[in-house]
Amino acid sequence: MADFEPKIVAFVCNWCTYAGADLTGTSRIKYAPNVRIIRFPCTGRIDFMLVMKSFANGADGIIVSGCHPNDCHYTSGNFHARRRWMAFNELAGFVGIDVNRIRFSWVSAAEGAKWAEVVNTFTEEVRNLGPYNNYIDLAKVEHKDAII
Amino acid sequence: MARIGVFVCHCGSNISATVDCEKVAEVASQFPGVAYSISYKYMCSDPGQTLVKEAIKEHKLDGVVVAACSPRMHEPTFRRATAEAGLNPYLCEMANLREHCSWVHDKTEATTNKAIDIIRTLVEKVKRNTPLFPIRVPVTKTALVIGGGVAGIQAALDIANAGNKVIMIEKDPSIGGHMSQLSETFPTLDCSQCILTPRMVEVAQNPNITLYTYAELESLDGFIGNFKAKIRLKAKSLDEKLCTGCGLCCTKCPVKKIPSEFEEKLGFRTAIYVPFPQAVPNKPVIDKNNCTYYIKGKCRVCEKVCPTGAIRFDQQDEIIEVEVGAIVVATGFQILDTDFFPEYGYGKYKDVITGMQFERLASASGPTQGEIKRPSDGQVPKKIVFIKCAGSRDPAKGIEYCSKICCMYTAKHTMLYKHKVHDGDAYVFYMDIRTAGKNYEEFSRRAIAEDGAHYIRGRVSKVYEKNGKLIVSGVDTLLNAMPVEIEADMVVLATAGVAGKGAEELAQKLHISYDQYKFFSEAHPKLKPVETNTAGIFLAGACHAPKDIPESVAMASGTAGKVACLFSNDELTREPIIAEVHRTSPPLFSTCVGCFMCQPVCPYQAIEREQIKDRSGNVIKEVAFVNPGLCQGCGTCVALCRSKSIEIHGYTNNQMLAEVVALLNV
Repeated sequence: MADFEPKIVAFVCNWCTYAGADLTGTSRIKYAPNVRIIRFPCTGRIDFMLVMKSFANGADGIIVSGCHPNDCHYTSGNFHARRRWMAFNELAGFVGIDVNRIRFSWVSAAEGAKWAEVVNTFTEEVRNLGPYNNYIDLAKVEHKDAII
Repeated sequence: MARIGVFVCHCGSNISATVDCEKVAEVASQFPGVAYSISYKYMCSDPGQTLVKEAIKEHKLDGVVVAACSPRMHEPTFRRATAEAGLNPYLCEMANLREHCSWVHDKTEATTNKAIDIIRTLVEKVKRNTPLFPIRVPVTKTALVIGGGVAGIQAALDIANAGNKVIMIEKDPSIGGHMSQLSETFPTLDCSQCILTPRMVEVAQNPNITLYTYAELESLDGFIGNFKAKIRLKAKSLDEKLCTGCGLCCTKCPVKKIPSEFEEKLGFRTAIYVPFPQAVPNKPVIDKNNCTYYIKGKCRVCEKVCPTGAIRFDQQDEIIEVEVGAIVVATGFQILDTDFFPEYGYGKYKDVITGMQFERLASASGPTQGEIKRPSDGQVPKKIVFIKCAGSRDPAKGIEYCSKICCMYTAKHTMLYKHKVHDGDAYVFYMDIRTAGKNYEEFSRRAIAEDGAHYIRGRVSKVYEKNGKLIVSGVDTLLNAMPVEIEADMVVLATAGVAGKGAEELAQKLHISYDQYKFFSEAHPKLKPVETNTAGIFLAGACHAPKDIPESVAMASGTAGKVACLFSNDELTREPIIAEVHRTSPPLFSTCVGCFMCQPVCPYQAIEREQIKDRSGNVIKEVAFVNPGLCQGCGTCVALCRSKSIEIHGYTNNQMLAEVVALLNV
């Protein structure tokens, strides 16, 4: 376990968190190299199916991050994302996905330091949780014993 | 098989210091579908761009990934280069190796691996990119200006003088706004009406401007370049074509004691009235709430005396629809409701007035013909106290901002007072003197040095009456918070400027955003100060934040410049990163099932209903349709769509899934 490096996928919006992560770079603030950023126009665009797909493909943790409430470039996309997250969170917990492996955060274009902090704390948390194989193992279970 | 080119930039040493660029380029060349891969010291330089262009031609590339800095930095550069090489610019993507990798990680293998991962995801994405073309929409070269104050007037005149049509609507019977009520203006003390009224007349006479007074926006549809506005023309009870503006009706009207809005309730008007003598248009309206005929069904004196028979008691509100390409919102501000200050005794004591009332007292056209007289008994006040920041900068009362204009107009008031009452004393209670602006500080200094206004730094806790005097009880913080009491004859409150009545409602009609104080929000505080978040709708003047006249005029001219730019083209081009509903050939037509869940989530009202009909015109199916002129490309509808029938170009479901899969399956 000592050499476990978590794979973390970050789904971020173009206008706030992507720009915020750019600012982290411009400010030369170091953070854990475990995170891979995927750019969306808005958090409202983020289909939570992609969160499931990420786990299915071997992600250990997922960050969803966008503009603070009321600051959305598209007026209300982040509110839809938040509401979707509330519903998804319940459902994910219910079906057995470890919701501690999903981090929802607001990082604005001016919060370069916050982005580094979000990534670092979350990477450490996921490192402590260990590799996430549940989802993949579940997918491998043969269904012959399943009660239909 | 795709033929993707990967171009890895060293960015001098910005990337290559922590990322092994040679290795990255080599690994990238092994990715499926990558036909060419190279690293170069400065990809954004001229030779770097030439490298990209030549590789596109030479290797017949059908997609480009530039692994360099943030797309927010150089995406336009490389998309332009791609287009110059004959490839659709939207087939070029940037992998952010600098801001998101080399600058934030140390020189380790993990950093280089991350760079490789980033490129792999973008290669998979770009394989699924499709050529996109900027969207063209026509432009109606008419602007709608909402509000006829000085900002609206300036914007309308500038837009009209650039050769465009303007429709101006004003909710009151006359244009002119707050500026027409002012006596003199700072920092020059020139007469407000003398400089404003010629411009008001210009608006009325400009052949490019159509003016509707007593009119309000009813609703708005459409999008930039193509708005459709419904305007309510409130019934004036008058045939304007017949009215000559002789004013006989106003002199004969028996209802004479209605507090005048223009005179800030210090004077009276009749039920059929022209708000002020220089009003534009100079034709009366009947105030239905106060007219005896409308209340009791009897009177009609105005109708009897009108020499041209212009009075129309049966006139109804009319709603007209206009097509406009741009909208300028210049609805201005209002002063804070003075119920806010029970401690200052406004409403309780007649001689506690607002700054705007003082303007009317000082105005030559005002109720006292410019003599400073107290409202209670008409005496000339010998001691007058001005209280600044009445409401402003007071978090306890919910207004944290500085109203900005009060420091200057209070200095002006003290000067006007001293110029008219030579033996009088003017006291000013202030928190700070904020007079930034050309010749502003000099002006306020003059009030103190030349006109002898007494400035006291401190707040007033209470105003109360004692022996016919108003006792102003405050504190002087420059004298160790020593309590101060002044026996005043009159008190003037520099009340906060707040958002206009109905600002919230108007913002919702226009779909523009507003702040916590209901002032309209600009698109970007620094770089887009006159635009709103809704394309084609612009702001001018104090509806955006408290502003003085020069600032309002400057902003209005800035806005007019933006509108003129917009109107200088016959067509607009927009980024094609927008949503589109799935369509296919019959018999399916579309996978959209017409649930229209996408409609309420769209922040831009871009989703419409489209009926698919057979040849005989029977409706087969009703599906969603994304209006390309309105869609801004947020993609909220895409994530929500249950049948996955909406895609957003540049961020399709396929692309995003491919990115996820490529990222994790190494």
